[in-house]
Amino acid sequence: MGKTLFDKVWDAHVVDEIPNGPQILYIDKHLIHEVTSPQAFAALAERNIPIARPDKTVATADHNTPTLNQHLPIQDPLSRSQLEQLTENCKKNNITLYGLGHKYNGIVHVMAPELGITQPGMSIVCGDSHTSTHGAFGSIAFGIGTSQVAQVFASQCLLLEKPKKMRITVNGTLKKGVLPKDVILYIIAQLGTNAGTGYFCEYAGEVFENMSMEGRMTVCNMSIEMGARGGMIAPDETTFNYVKGRKFAPKGEEFDQKVAYWKTLRTDDDAEFDQEYHFDASEISPMITYGTNPGMGIAINEKIPHQEDPSFKKSLAYMDFKAGDSLLNTPINYVFIGSCTNARIEDFRVVADYVKGKQKASNVHAWLVPGSREVVKQIEEEGLNKIFNEAGFQLRQPGCSACLAMNDDKIPEGEYCVSTSNRNFEGRQGQGARTILASPLVAAATAIEGKLIDVTKQLN
Amino acid sequence: MQKFTTFTDTAIPLGIENIDTDQIIPARFLKATDRKGFGDNVFRDWRYNKDNSINHDFVLNNDTYQGEILIAGHNFGCGSSREHAAWALAGYPFKVIISSFFADIFKGNALNNGLLPIEVSPTFLKKLLHEVTEKPKTSITINLEKQTISCSIGVESFEIDPYKKVCLLNGYDDIDFLISKKEQIEAFEASL
Ligand code: SF4
Repeated sequence: MGKTLFDKVWDAHVVDEIPNGPQILYIDKHLIHEVTSPQAFAALAERNIPIARPDKTVATADHNTPTLNQHLPIQDPLSRSQLEQLTENCKKNNITLYGLGHKYNGIVHVMAPELGITQPGMSIVCGDSHTSTHGAFGSIAFGIGTSQVAQVFASQCLLLEKPKKMRITVNGTLKKGVLPKDVILYIIAQLGTNAGTGYFCEYAGEVFENMSMEGRMTVCNMSIEMGARGGMIAPDETTFNYVKGRKFAPKGEEFDQKVAYWKTLRTDDDAEFDQEYHFDASEISPMITYGTNPGMGIAINEKIPHQEDPSFKKSLAYMDFKAGDSLLNTPINYVFIGSCTNARIEDFRVVADYVKGKQKASNVHAWLVPGSREVVKQIEEEGLNKIFNEAGFQLRQPGCSACLAMNDDKIPEGEYCVSTSNRNFEGRQGQGARTILASPLVAAATAIEGKLIDVTKQLN
Repeated sequence: MQKFTTFTDTAIPLGIENIDTDQIIPARFLKATDRKGFGDNVFRDWRYNKDNSINHDFVLNNDTYQGEILIAGHNFGCGSSREHAAWALAGYPFKVIISSFFADIFKGNALNNGLLPIEVSPTFLKKLLHEVTEKPKTSITINLEKQTISCSIGVESFEIDPYKKVCLLNGYDDIDFLISKKEQIEAFEASL
């Protein structure tokens, strides 16, 4: 029987198999950040164990960083001490740190692919659930807990049971105004937030083949929101072209050799999956969520469904929405365009394209938070910052920002925020804040109108 | 972690069923940030009366019964998944808990902390509890390699996850285990 893409990459990293027990999986790249690493560093220091491969570990500061005035000392004492600890830990252990203010600094899942740290066929882990983003390159990438961070520090390996395999195929052509974010929100709305539990998911079919790397990252990023351990897409010319020439990408002949190997990373025709789903691209519309989990999504012009389930009702009560209502024309005061789901250059191009020559509605606070310094640089080089300024959007400095409201960027209680991030849980963007997940295009249109509108009508 | 090969000791009988992790370590003791000191509060609300005086009726306070083996009733360690329960028992210290059934997460937590949960048949457990209660000097021997538990009432074998068995026999946790594979890992790295 043939092998799946997942099998090929996973099996290539198995150091050993413990009879009736877990496998030892070798980790090519370990990404760390300020929030989930300190206890792991402490665990090793206590036992006098050195970091096995500091050269395969890369650190950034992102979760807790301010997105304004990054040149000034950090006000919040907790963030400041976490960043200081990260700096100290990295220095002590010879780990490369792209800290606050560094030209490579950014959200870990944005900066690593940009720098060519993320490559096809790799195994990549990070103490953060959205590590699944890197699967867009045909790598095995997943989030780990702090005790596993310590395992990787100590051995560059993890003890794991091999997950099951799932494939989601989407064929056909996407309608105008339907972005990668809509595709993944649609899939999660169809399958629910538990469908992926225990699985690694491969995305296949024309829609993903025709998608840019940025779009593929958006899709793989949200794999975790349907419960999957990770998501991945077979590497192809789009992938190779993206990786080529990046700072840490292989160069010259080495690159060609790698490409020859990467080309073998495709699911064999006779390979079998434990679970398969098929969708038709033409069925997908621009999506929004109306509830408090990412599976509660509808097409923007659809009505909220009826359900008797108490947790469904509780969710609608939190959002102050009613079953059967349309969300069109709901007034919105906050728009957040950012996070590791949608803060790459392509996302800002979409926004700039839409808002060019328009003005944001006066009631709206429109925050644009790029995923990295590199993205900021590109925004400036392409002159998008001027467009944003003229339209009245606020372009801030890179970081996780209002995605998790750990820093100062919080949505006030009771306010709706149309957000390009990945989680609409109660309180995720601030206590009592109400999150509506959407694509950068829907978010941009909301900022201009001051309310939710059917953006497809404008495009046609 | 300490190695566990064979172990012989007397035991403390605590034949109550469904002992949950809240009884093992009450929630108010969970605020500590490291793993030390939990042993002092294991079964806190059974060991002490409301006025903090010692509850002499509780078996842990009865000098007749001694040892680092705890024999407990069916479904030990149910309830909240707090790892603190394993830390508290291991810290007391117990090395072995015998029951006819353990809650899943507790079992994993115990094994990760060098505490061996041994599942025996309900009949064996009943006999064992009776024997130890009547004859407190009864000595029990656990042979991990052979996976047997023996005492005056007979011998019974028990199951254990093969990987965890290796860990306990060698005194490893996951980190130690991975470090023990260093050469193999390095050879793998070299082949990349
Ligand atoms: S942007 Fe949000 S989801 Fe992404 S790493 Fe930061 S906090 Fe996590």
